Amino acid sequence: MKSYFSPAVALFGSAALLAVAACSAGSGSSSGTGSPGADDSLAIGLVAEPASLDFTTTDGAAIPQALLGNVYNGLVKQDETGKIVPDLATSWKVSADRKTYSFTLVGNAKFTNGQAFTADDAVFSIDRVKTAWTTSLKSAMDVVQTAKAVSPTELQVTLAKPSNDWLFRMTTRIGAMFSKTGVDKLATAPVGTGPYKLGTWKRGDSIVLQRNDAYWGTKPHFGQVTLKYFKDPTALNNALLTGTINVIGTVQAPEALNQFTSNDKYQVIEGTTNGEVLLSFNNSRAPLSDLRVRQAVRAAIDHKALLDTCWAGRGKLIGSMVPPTDPWYEDLTSVAPYDLAKAKSLLQAAGATGKTLRLRLPTLPYATSCGQVVKSQLELAGLKVQIDQLEFPAAWLTAVLKNADYDLSIIAHVEPRDLGAVFNAKYYTRYDDPTLQADLAAADAGDEATQIAGMKKAARRLSEQAAGDWLFLIPNLMVADKDVKGLPQNAITESLDLSTLSR
Amino acid sequence: MILRLVERTAVLLVSLAVSSVLVFAFLAVLPGDPARVALGVNASDDAVAELRNQFGLDRPLPTQYADWLTGLLHGDFGTSYISKAEIGPQISDRFQVTLWLVVVGMVIALLVAAPAGTVMAARHRKVSGLALSAVSQVGVAVPAFLAGILLIMLFAVKLGWLPANGWTPPAEDPGMFLRQLVLPALSLGLVQGAVLTRYVRSAVLDVLREDYLRTARAKGLRPFRALWRHGLRNAAVPVVTVLGLQLATLLIGAVVVERVFVIPGLGSLLLDGVSNRDLLVVQAVVMVLVVAVLVVNFLVDLLYVALDPRLRVSR
Repeated sequence: MKSYFSPAVALFGSAALLAVAACSAGSGSSSGTGSPGADDSLAIGLVAEPASLDFTTTDGAAIPQALLGNVYNGLVKQDETGKIVPDLATSWKVSADRKTYSFTLVGNAKFTNGQAFTADDAVFSIDRVKTAWTTSLKSAMDVVQTAKAVSPTELQVTLAKPSNDWLFRMTTRIGAMFSKTGVDKLATAPVGTGPYKLGTWKRGDSIVLQRNDAYWGTKPHFGQVTLKYFKDPTALNNALLTGTINVIGTVQAPEALNQFTSNDKYQVIEGTTNGEVLLSFNNSRAPLSDLRVRQAVRAAIDHKALLDTCWAGRGKLIGSMVPPTDPWYEDLTSVAPYDLAKAKSLLQAAGATGKTLRLRLPTLPYATSCGQVVKSQLELAGLKVQIDQLEFPAAWLTAVLKNADYDLSIIAHVEPRDLGAVFNAKYYTRYDDPTLQADLAAADAGDEATQIAGMKKAARRLSEQAAGDWLFLIPNLMVADKDVKGLPQNAITESLDLSTLSR
Repeated sequence: MILRLVERTAVLLVSLAVSSVLVFAFLAVLPGDPARVALGVNASDDAVAELRNQFGLDRPLPTQYADWLTGLLHGDFGTSYISKAEIGPQISDRFQVTLWLVVVGMVIALLVAAPAGTVMAARHRKVSGLALSAVSQVGVAVPAFLAGILLIMLFAVKLGWLPANGWTPPAEDPGMFLRQLVLPALSLGLVQGAVLTRYVRSAVLDVLREDYLRTARAKGLRPFRALWRHGLRNAAVPVVTVLGLQLATLLIGAVVVERVFVIPGLGSLLLDGVSNRDLLVVQAVVMVLVVAVLVVNFLVDLLYVALDPRLRVSR
């Protein structure tokens, strides 16, 4: 019997397609392998794509990560060690009463719309934070009383009260300098003075930044940098392995790092960030309103074991709300060492043994995996823990952050210098502590030495009062092609500075 | 025929109307506030309320629905809350991407299923038929995203023949387009093909048992010849129906596969929309998917009639 069909026919279609693919495998090389030199390009894989390019009305770390320092400059910026250094302001003076800041500005900066940058634009940008911004960060500008242009290159800012924090906040996105004539389409067409300008934005895929040839400072090495966005950590890793990208900007699955550390085509960078992974307590509600219960929870957690289990041992134990790059950092892990017996007796004393705590977790990788460890460790000490997964961001923001409907949660607080913002009565931690607020206010108003001493005191108080438990500090983990230079060891600013990269 | 057309069109229109209400209602009760997501972790209640007002979210639901529907009927999907971009152009960009995946996936599925299913039926008592049957059973059990991950591991990471992810429009670089399309289309098509094979097999088996085929063979035609000349057209009727129904599965599969292969299609637009609570975008994408499925099923119904003359008789 002759057959017109055979099993081989069934595979014909797929074989044909594969053949097409194999034939063209040599052509069309991926980006980032172009010839080195002035027109070299680079592709960086990142996790969260910005929803919009306008960080004045949309929150989230993705927009400043892409644009701040690259498309926009500030007056000042933070260097890798955490020091405040010049950007569009070449120097500044603080008056004796610490209320007036006089900035001298560069004279040759230009916006990408062709306008020159002057003190008028700086005044416009500072005032605009108060009037047109909608995100909560704008409140950092409330302390400014007046900003005025003394001359095109001289700016004077007067504060209502002395504030060290204000100058620091000027290094973040609220200090970005906008053009008076370039704020109509911030969501899609940003205009800044930075080393790069927006090339194309393929939504759902990538943002291409082109070198700004009219840049006033040192021109960056790469003519084109592509920021490519991946939702899935495996896809991100594969993209580096197959040469689609040259750098993984933030490693999302540290347990998968081995495939890169064991391969000499790649370099792995490990440093610190500002991201404190906080086991947050609802301080306003029993049983966590009781200091003894809070201390028991801290003593019941073996932080070293937790970090090894849920984040592959990468990260740093800190013991309070301060990352190592802040001037007032102290290792406070000894305030609440792992002590199961002590945890049990504290719970007993507080009459909380056997109580059930609701651990409401956002659907984020570190929260999900560390939540399980926290649960099992707390149950060893005699608490019951009920885990609740809440979709992040929307559901978690409403239930935990807005309504404080939780006992415990886990979230990384990535804002820089956010100790005061996180631990206050109005925030979801519901931590009502006038002593802490007074300490923070004094630190903000004093000179540098006063500030450092005051912040140290505040951090220690938080740790001793067990206002939360600091599980670990998120590490800055990057993987890159071996020949990429200039990647930051520590990721402590909101911006991913592309201007220092080279090959 | 005309009666059937009218009847089917009426069903289509009612389905569309009902689904628009359902899509709107489901999203309206979804927990999470778009304004709060946009404003971030420290936003004050006042700021959130003001933004809700700006978005028009504080209007009564029926008003919001009416406005949305009026826009849709004029082909206007509105402007995204979050990205401040027009939704219509985004949808059409993303739809083209997903369409490529679905169409090529479907073609692969047919190329696999038609011959394999026929062979399986014609040889259902022979080793080759049974072996194919076993293979297809495995294919049915594998979800498309897993197939995608396996294909990436083999062809992209291990062998380095094809890119692991990404998307280039065909007009920009046809070679790259094809190379990036192969793996995602295969992961959709092979899995879908395995499912479809089962339907082709049973359809052909049914036809083989029909009297007219026995007659054809009695006239001296060899079995495959008989099937080819007289049977396949009849076997195609149930398969085409299934094809229409499977389109919905294929679209859902595409949404997942887009994530595995980092392809900016409707799937990623939908997922981003959901996580940002960009309700207008989510509503638009879901509506487009619903319309696509309903319209295809409508066309399948008509095709069904064209293929099977018996159905042309008015009841």
